[in-house]
Amino acid sequence: MQKMGIAEALRMAIRQEMARDERVFCIGEDIAIPGGWGGAFTVTLGMEKEFSHRMINTPISEAGFFGIACGAALMGMKPIADVQYADFLFCAMDQICNNIAKLRYMSGGKLNVPIVMRAPVGVTGRGSQHAQNMETFFMPLQGVKIVCPATAYDAVGLLRTAVRGQDPVMIFEHKLLYGSKGARAESGAIDGSSEIPEEDFTIPFGQAVVRRCGDDITVVGTLLMMHKCLQAAEQLQKEGISVEVIDPRSLVPFDYVTLKKSIAKTSRLMIVEESPKRSGIGAEIAATIAEEAVDLLNAPIKRIAAPDTIVPFSPPMENFYVPQVQRICNEIRQIILK
Amino acid sequence: MTKEKYSKEFLLEIYQKMVLIRQFEERVKFLFLEGVMPGTIHQCQGQEATAVGVCTALKKDDIITSTHRPHGHAIAKGVSVQSMMDELFGKLTGCCKGKGGSMHLGDLEKGMIPAIAIVGGNLPLAAGAALAFKMREEKRIAVSFIGDGATNEGIFHETLNMAALWQLPVVFVIENNLYGASTHVNLTIRTDKISERASIYKIPGITIDGNDVLEVYEASKEVAERARNGQGPTLLELVTYRITGHSRRDPCLYQPAQERAEAKKNEPIGRFGKYLVDNLYASHQQLEEIENNIEKELDVVVEAAKSAAEPKPEDALSDMFAE
Repeated sequence: MQKMGIAEALRMAIRQEMARDERVFCIGEDIAIPGGWGGAFTVTLGMEKEFSHRMINTPISEAGFFGIACGAALMGMKPIADVQYADFLFCAMDQICNNIAKLRYMSGGKLNVPIVMRAPVGVTGRGSQHAQNMETFFMPLQGVKIVCPATAYDAVGLLRTAVRGQDPVMIFEHKLLYGSKGARAESGAIDGSSEIPEEDFTIPFGQAVVRRCGDDITVVGTLLMMHKCLQAAEQLQKEGISVEVIDPRSLVPFDYVTLKKSIAKTSRLMIVEESPKRSGIGAEIAATIAEEAVDLLNAPIKRIAAPDTIVPFSPPMENFYVPQVQRICNEIRQIILK
Repeated sequence: MTKEKYSKEFLLEIYQKMVLIRQFEERVKFLFLEGVMPGTIHQCQGQEATAVGVCTALKKDDIITSTHRPHGHAIAKGVSVQSMMDELFGKLTGCCKGKGGSMHLGDLEKGMIPAIAIVGGNLPLAAGAALAFKMREEKRIAVSFIGDGATNEGIFHETLNMAALWQLPVVFVIENNLYGASTHVNLTIRTDKISERASIYKIPGITIDGNDVLEVYEASKEVAERARNGQGPTLLELVTYRITGHSRRDPCLYQPAQERAEAKKNEPIGRFGKYLVDNLYASHQQLEEIENNIEKELDVVVEAAKSAAEPKPEDALSDMFAE
């Protein structure tokens, strides 16, 4: 057992996967420069020493290197491609959405495209183009799996499953949860570290985890929002409100079994997300529960999300934009006390 | 060029492949206009020498990527004509089980990644395949067929820059047929030779007559060997002409009549046939026999494709994920 932050845990897991399978390689910007940062958030720090020919440091060419990763994957390699900020995925959209997501299907299932795509998300004082929670954009995309590790333990287990699998996977990591150190440390960071067991373990996709048990309401959140939900649950316990917090861990596939089981107990559902409400993760979860399990509910489903606007820069506006613990608490009180 | 070094069998095989592509396309056009074939089609009549010339210079385990106009490349790389025709009919026995169609056909076992129908989108796939070959120290190369239009996409720059930077074993083949859909290349590119663009990446750029199949073959062989020997990528521009519509029922009103008439005189199969006869490699009768045999072969292929099994509607739900 060793306690690690998410960045450190991912580094360890990627190194292990590269050591156990020589098809695995990393490709991205600033990932393998001696004296550099190991990607934007230190995940690949120093790895170029160990795997010099499998750390492909690219020019600023997101579309190009995502496409190159796709071509290499078609030839049986297992690329881990990363962008510095998830917003940059827009530059690579054609390769991701038209090639990486579709090639297995278009080939009639004859090809595999085993790519792992890593992307840091989250609103962190950088204005609107280094901020977006891109999970929402990829939810409707068919052909790519989406995972969101909120803890170092999950980051390791989900990354291993992604790398060892045969399908394209997007791993969204939160900038405030990395635990990046030194020059790449983030202000306002939340501790996402975990004890990482020595022995090999994986976390299957589509398996949610109940982070905190409760009876009065089920609250769903991923990444940073999951931690905020936990903080809200802690506060509300003092007021006698018992909150169950569910972390889906993977958005595609989504574990509705665990969620429905929880709602059957609490009869109330709230979804908390960091991106705008319109067509968001909450919209999808709420619609599915309304369609399939409305009988379990005793109260309207509540979505807590960012407002339908662009991510602002100035701290007062940014704090307003991101769902905060107090807002989550207030909304839960309103539902429970009604 | 010393063309005498070729054997008769080799030359007739090239001729046979070019005629197969032409007749396949003509047959498909007829079936499509007749209304029995679903979908849309982008055909390559007049561009047979580029596909055959390049692919003849490749090895079986070399890889090609193609475009929305992929039928010729597929045939030239050895994809089964039956599996292609089945795919065009949307049959379960098609090379992509009916999930690809005309614009995505391919067969990796024959060295063809399913075609990519977003202009330029196939470029990095070839570079990525080449990166895999280089990392694994395999003596294989990748070829990316693109049109003149793709050279104006941003992905062209990104891909060529990285391929040049890392000296990847890849060849970028531009089939310059003078038109991107209906827009003439002069309205989209300022240079006369697109291959000049290679110079900014410090890789060789070559422009040749894409309707001379042996010239295409010779040039391809040379640049393929460069790539295979670790000397990096080449931008090879093959000037050709599409003597059919861009797609479907396009009457090509944007192609001037005189230009079309000259292009028809310059089309590669007639030219190569004349070369074979003039140099006594074959008689007119022998060439006709080749054509007739292909006609018969295609009769069988079309009938088999028509009667092949349809996919079940719910087959639409399978094949997205491996796990």
